[in-house]
Amino acid sequence: MILSTKSPMNRHQVQRLGFVLLTCVALIVVIPIVLVIGVIVVRGVKAINIEFLTAMPREGMKAGGIFPAIIGTLLLTLGTALAAIPIGVGGAIYLAEYARDTWLTRAIRLAILNLAGIPSVVYGLFGLGLFVLFLRLGTSILAGSLTLAIMTLPIVISTAEEALRAVPTEFRTVSASLGGTRWQGIRHVVFPQALPGIITGVLLGLLRAAGETAPILFTVAAFFLPRLPQSPFDETMALPYHLYVISTQVPSMPLKMQYGTALVLLVLVLSINVVATAIRSHFRRRRQW
Amino acid sequence: MVSGKMGPIVRIESVSYAYGDRQVLKGVTLDVQPKAITIFLGPASGGKTTLLRLVNRLNDLVDGTRMTGRILFDGQDIYAPGTDVPSLRRRVGMVFALPLPLPGTVRENIVYGPKLAGIRNKGRLEEITVRSLSQAALWDEVKDRLDAPANSLSGGQQQRLCIARSLALEPEVLLLDEPTSGLDPISTAKVEHSLFELKRQYTIVMVPHSVQQAARVADHAAFFLMGELIEYRAGTELFTAPRDRRTEDYVTGRFG
Repeated sequence: MILSTKSPMNRHQVQRLGFVLLTCVALIVVIPIVLVIGVIVVRGVKAINIEFLTAMPREGMKAGGIFPAIIGTLLLTLGTALAAIPIGVGGAIYLAEYARDTWLTRAIRLAILNLAGIPSVVYGLFGLGLFVLFLRLGTSILAGSLTLAIMTLPIVISTAEEALRAVPTEFRTVSASLGGTRWQGIRHVVFPQALPGIITGVLLGLLRAAGETAPILFTVAAFFLPRLPQSPFDETMALPYHLYVISTQVPSMPLKMQYGTALVLLVLVLSINVVATAIRSHFRRRRQW
Repeated sequence: MVSGKMGPIVRIESVSYAYGDRQVLKGVTLDVQPKAITIFLGPASGGKTTLLRLVNRLNDLVDGTRMTGRILFDGQDIYAPGTDVPSLRRRVGMVFALPLPLPGTVRENIVYGPKLAGIRNKGRLEEITVRSLSQAALWDEVKDRLDAPANSLSGGQQQRLCIARSLALEPEVLLLDEPTSGLDPISTAKVEHSLFELKRQYTIVMVPHSVQQAARVADHAAFFLMGELIEYRAGTELFTAPRDRRTEDYVTGRFG
């Protein structure tokens, strides 16, 4: 026996040792995120000023601002939301509320699972093939948003489905017993209860979309386009791609431009995350079951 | 149902029912008389709750089941193709063993059914709220708390709220599945008392939570054992002079 009475350490000491080790492991998880945020904030904050946030890039992007990239990322995120929310939430409602366990629904679930595992650069190529070339959308906000939306769908569907399933079955039965159709029960009882979870899932999906580079690489992102996009069929700059460009493609780029861009992207993404967390905890306190 | 027209309001005709391989009802035939309390009595897994849920097609929500036989409500086969199930469920209400208030306030719980039925008029909804809560003997306790969350009520109040919620639709038949199983004796007495009031207006079919309760409220009583209907008679007769030995053993407490 490992913990025999003859062991040099008594149970209490073993317990303490285990506690200390596990605490260390947990801290190791925290260190990188603190460092990442710390380094980027410290180095990037010097770049942040009104011009940086609101002006067009100048002098081969070595000066001026990143305004078109910020707007581009916001537009792409919005476009992704418009495409991914109806399809994702609709799919989740189908899977959680209507689908029976057949080969078809199993195939759908398998597809979603696999969709989640596809590398993002493959989405980029897929978007190029389907939206840009085959559907002739060109490199455009529309093509980029749709590509990002497809990448986001698995997250939205699986979190929304989970949120719907977490609503007790009894509510559906009660609604039916009061003369509600299945849809009325979903619409008036189940969906409102699942909404916080669904919103959280959507935001987490968008968060990932906002930060991705590979899917927009071939579908929408412009290397250098010092103006705002004019329509959904226009190209645009976007923060992640801009960061990639100024970090690897442009020689003698001032370091603070790179860290400044990273900081803006980080703040944007983290603020979505904070909103998601706030919504979740706000509604969890109000939950009635 | 046209008032004055007597005869059964619900006819159950040789109904058999199975969940997958498990046969839970075996050829049950039984008539439910209007404006009376009919009791489905018997030990657990006798098929009572299932039979109750078949009468307003709530078991449609369960997958992998098989039913034979017919159930007529108001002369119509409720399993005939093209039956308007939501409207059937408005006419045949159901209260469950556990109080299950919907999320929301007391008032929202009451008006949920009527609103789905298309009633929008505020005055009319208010009227329904007052009437149904009074009928369920809950009005005096909640009249100042109509906009409080329904789950802030006590268990006994919640169960009467659920009864009121069903009554809001003015169903012709009210199905009660052990409506007092989670309640203290005082709340139970209140619910039973309201049943006596309700049966003047409604047909009540109830699975009781004890033989004693059954004996207190039954006008008609059916004894079920392992999916079979053993005996179905006027309540007083079934409890005082049962014909079948098994019924007698059950009502006198020899088993169950």
